[in-house]
Amino acid sequence: MQFKSHARTLAIALSLALIAGCSSTGGSRDGSMDGTRADGGVGTGTAGAGQVSGTGVSGDRAGQQADGRIPDVRTIYFDFDRDTIRPEFESVLVAHARYLRSNGNARVVLQGHTDERGTREYNMALGERRANSVKRFLEVQGVSPSQLQVVSYGEERLAVRGNSEDAHAQNRRVVFAY
Amino acid sequence: MKALMTIWLSAMLLLFSSLAQANLTIEITRGSDRATPIAIVPFSADGESLPEDVAQIISDNLERSGYFAPLPRNAMYDRPTSGDEVRYGQWRALDVRYLVVGQVSRAADGYRIRYELMDVSGQRRMLGESVSAGSNELRSGAHYVSDQIFEAITGIRGAFSTRIAYVTAQGTDQDMQFGLYVADADGHNSQQVLNSREPILSPVWSPDGRKLAYVSFETERPAIYVQDVGTGQRAQVASFDGINGAPAWSPDGRRLAMTLSKDGQPDIYIMDVGSRNLERITNNSSIDTEPAWAPDGRSLIFTSDRSGGPQIYRYSFGSGQTERLTFTGNYNARGRLSPDGEALFLIHRSNNGFQVARQDLGSGRLVVISETRSDESPSVAPNGTMVIFATQQGNSGVLGAVSADGRASYRLPSARGDVREPAWSPFLN
Repeated sequence: MQFKSHARTLAIALSLALIAGCSSTGGSRDGSMDGTRADGGVGTGTAGAGQVSGTGVSGDRAGQQADGRIPDVRTIYFDFDRDTIRPEFESVLVAHARYLRSNGNARVVLQGHTDERGTREYNMALGERRANSVKRFLEVQGVSPSQLQVVSYGEERLAVRGNSEDAHAQNRRVVFAY
Repeated sequence: MKALMTIWLSAMLLLFSSLAQANLTIEITRGSDRATPIAIVPFSADGESLPEDVAQIISDNLERSGYFAPLPRNAMYDRPTSGDEVRYGQWRALDVRYLVVGQVSRAADGYRIRYELMDVSGQRRMLGESVSAGSNELRSGAHYVSDQIFEAITGIRGAFSTRIAYVTAQGTDQDMQFGLYVADADGHNSQQVLNSREPILSPVWSPDGRKLAYVSFETERPAIYVQDVGTGQRAQVASFDGINGAPAWSPDGRRLAMTLSKDGQPDIYIMDVGSRNLERITNNSSIDTEPAWAPDGRSLIFTSDRSGGPQIYRYSFGSGQTERLTFTGNYNARGRLSPDGEALFLIHRSNNGFQVARQDLGSGRLVVISETRSDESPSVAPNGTMVIFATQQGNSGVLGAVSADGRASYRLPSARGDVREPAWSPFLN
């Protein structure tokens, strides 16, 4: 028992030290969105796209990151006509939840997207449903609602053009935009 | 003649192409087998070189409607320009049922167009008129003449003097440029209404044809704006938390139905444009969106997935009751009623993909009327004869148009980028 509590104290101390070291990153953003575009997932969107099949490797990596850094994987994908979180992406959400809980000033916009099939305004609503799914998951993980905002882009910001099932799959996503 | 016309049109497009221009060309994809043969003889020009070929504009208008099959010019032996020059026997031999002849001359303030519409089998003049057009209004004059001819023969008011609004999108996904434009119904005379780096969607014309309501993401969230097309002045009317979308004008122009998700999930609300007061229409856990008014203002149709997938419903103001309208297939959305309120045009998902369909509200029978596969956003012409919509051609977004009976169709591609989100104006004259 004693060993455990020492270890925990040590872990907390280390985390605090890391957070202190990284605070400039969190502070300068201050939760406001960067520049002209709510496209925070630009770089990592590409990385995420290669992991549509969801091996969980990214999740493990995310789990091992210190809580001071925004997790690398910032896009999760959805099945056709669904807004349920796929099991292989739960660890990604858990990593973001951990980051947000540890950085109370951090804000994230959850951007919901759909593939381009179907009507635009209905897709706007579907995209919002997906982002809300993620929001609920994060709140259950203890993230404060005040840190979370939802915006749906429907089919307006496609990540990948084209009519293949593969292209459609890469568009059905929620992006974490810090 | 058609090929030459297309080449001329393309050349003109290249010549005048600039960022502010997003003219649309017309490509006829299908003519109706029921189209009435008509001959529009080239109008005389009094030796002038005119900026527009009035007879060709009339011919193109009538052909595009799907109701008429114009005789090619090279089949015309004779070129009368007035009724008393017409030798009916010749035209009967060509199986032409109607004949249009005319003259364009310069006037002090522009042009004078004289035209006559002849009934070939009856061997009589049906209609004749002299019309004035300003110096820059020769096309408008030709559209007016087209309207008169169309109504005289079909009994239906012509919609050739109307306009369309549409959204363009150019660039790659990291660097897109969006534009909202208005143009003549045949794609000419485009003018830019809005320019943005963020998405624009759902433009709709006010009943007086003066304003557009639309959704813009320029604040990095969707908000509804109302903009006067003539003056450019605009107001942001809805920017609540969540979705602000799918605006639809009431027939009296005083209210906007819209989709707002500020109270938990997307529901239909009605906003009084003057006071900004909101009335909530739907309140349930499903998605309710894409409202549209019935022409008599007594009901609202909208898309709802309350039964598990998107279907179209009608809410009646009098009774407060909501009834489901569509039962064919598992995806029916974005309904728009015909001006007589008896037909519903919508997007229906079939084995072929998402297509424009018409449902006759009396019988409940649904028929797919487009031949393309990734259709969206149908908008009905104010005379109910034609539906314009967005679709794909290869990798490009283009506009398509199909007659209400599905027999005739054409496309309107853009010279640059994708075109989408069309909205047909009300009658403007």
